[in-house]
Amino acid sequence: MLFGKDDKMYEFEFEKPSTVAEAVAALADEDAQALGGGQTLIPTLKQRLAMPSKLVSLTGIDGMKGVSGGDGMLSIGGATTHAEVAEAAADAYPALAALAGQIGDPAVRNRGTIGGSLANNDPAACYPAAALGSGATIMTNRREITADDYFRGLFETALEDGEIITAVRFPVPQKASYQKFLQPASRFALVGVFAAKYAAGVRVAVTGASEEGVFRWNEAEAALDADFTPEALDGLSVDAGSMMADLHGSKAYRAHLVGVMAKRAVAAAA
Amino acid sequence: MAKVSMTVNGKAASGDVEGRTLLSAFLREELGLTGTHVGCDTSQCGACVVHVDGQAVKACTMLALEAEGSEVATIEGQANADGSLNTIQQAFQDHHGLQCGFCTPGMVMSAAALLKDNPKPSEGEIRDYLEGNLCRCTGYHNIVKAIMAASGQDVSSIAAE
Ligand SMILES: Cc1cc2nc3c(=O)[nH]c(=O)nc-3n(C[C@H](O)[C@H](O)[C@H](O)COP(=O)(O)OP(=O)(O)OC[C@H]3O[C@@H](n4cnc5c(N)ncnc54)[C@H](O)[C@@H]3O)c2cc1C
Ligand code: FES
Ligand code: FES
Repeated sequence: MLFGKDDKMYEFEFEKPSTVAEAVAALADEDAQALGGGQTLIPTLKQRLAMPSKLVSLTGIDGMKGVSGGDGMLSIGGATTHAEVAEAAADAYPALAALAGQIGDPAVRNRGTIGGSLANNDPAACYPAAALGSGATIMTNRREITADDYFRGLFETALEDGEIITAVRFPVPQKASYQKFLQPASRFALVGVFAAKYAAGVRVAVTGASEEGVFRWNEAEAALDADFTPEALDGLSVDAGSMMADLHGSKAYRAHLVGVMAKRAVAAAA
Repeated sequence: MAKVSMTVNGKAASGDVEGRTLLSAFLREELGLTGTHVGCDTSQCGACVVHVDGQAVKACTMLALEAEGSEVATIEGQANADGSLNTIQQAFQDHHGLQCGFCTPGMVMSAAALLKDNPKPSEGEIRDYLEGNLCRCTGYHNIVKAIMAASGQDVSSIAAE
């Protein structure tokens, strides 16, 4: 049986292991690649921007799915879908659940996973802002990576070849909010700001804005440490020179939006 | 080539597929279920929405082999047993929720998924839920109205557009 229309993707082998150990072994082959929900990878393959010899689906690994918590931490399996986080984290970490519930559209949320989003590290993606803004820990089959060490620029992370995100551990803040200025065509963030207040201090992470990808806005964090109100951000701004520019927004527009969305996040934090 | 088996609209279905075969291609080309439309093939338009184990997914953005062992529902299985339109389909007809009909299979499947979880959605909830279903004809108003009507809510105060 031939499927002419699928010629758009190069052919690959497909494996669906049921444990992390089997997945790691399957990924040891050269040019093998992990498949999460496929909501980014399948479109990429259709554009022939990648040519893996084998896709190793992580969606059959029960141990990588689900949300569990306790002791001020929330742990989310790397293959947990956005829809499941939106539902299962709603009580324990409402700002995170709300972020997951605003990703793309319902069908994307039913397939897309937190591990896939963090591994992809799209500069306009939502989860990177939550992970960095919460000081989360990325758990892999090899090690634990703090969010501050994990994000390395556009689509770049600390992950090595064949390394799998098995879970993400979020410290639960006193209050937090994610404010996303929607880019209505892509449904990603044009600019998104995640602000979280912890006993140890405030963290503010910005996505969609910088040419370097998701970043912490240190100046805003210092101001909010002293006074967690929107007004505390009056007069602060990010350097427009380092912002992204595209047909949806100039550098100056994005820099302005960072300030606006940060204030909204502080005002909405709960 | 690998063998894939699933239940489609309550019936066992299987076939030989490649790793890269999409669920949309398997449904359309192997099973002949061409009601699942492929509009964009870039995960944007939602014309290809089907249910896999009860959840709305874009069939153009899922590998057929990922649906191994799953219960798949497509537009072909939505009518009542006697062949008459089901409540959602009938409401689309009654409220002029379609024009060319290209987006309609995906709209109906998304609407069915919404009403399963949220039997009486507000207008805003319906519009939110349909974020990934694009229609280039209707302007959406009558689709939203049809879904409200299908959920048993009064739509007499919603102006015809
Ligand atoms: C229409 C549309 C709208 C969207 N809107 C948004 C949005 O608003 N905000 C947003 O943040 N995202 C958005 N997305 C992206 C979506 O969240 C994806 O689900 C996500 O970016 C990738 O997750 P995935 O599980 O689908 O990964 P895949 O597409 O399967 O994989 C992506 C990459 O991650 C790797 N990978 C996958 N899982 C793991 C793992 N556990 N460990 C290591 N590597 C892994 C893969 O090898 C691949 O390189 C949108 C996507 C679409 C199609
Ligand atoms: S054809 Fe699948 S989303 Fe458009
Ligand atoms: S009725 Fe034509 S695209 Fe919706």
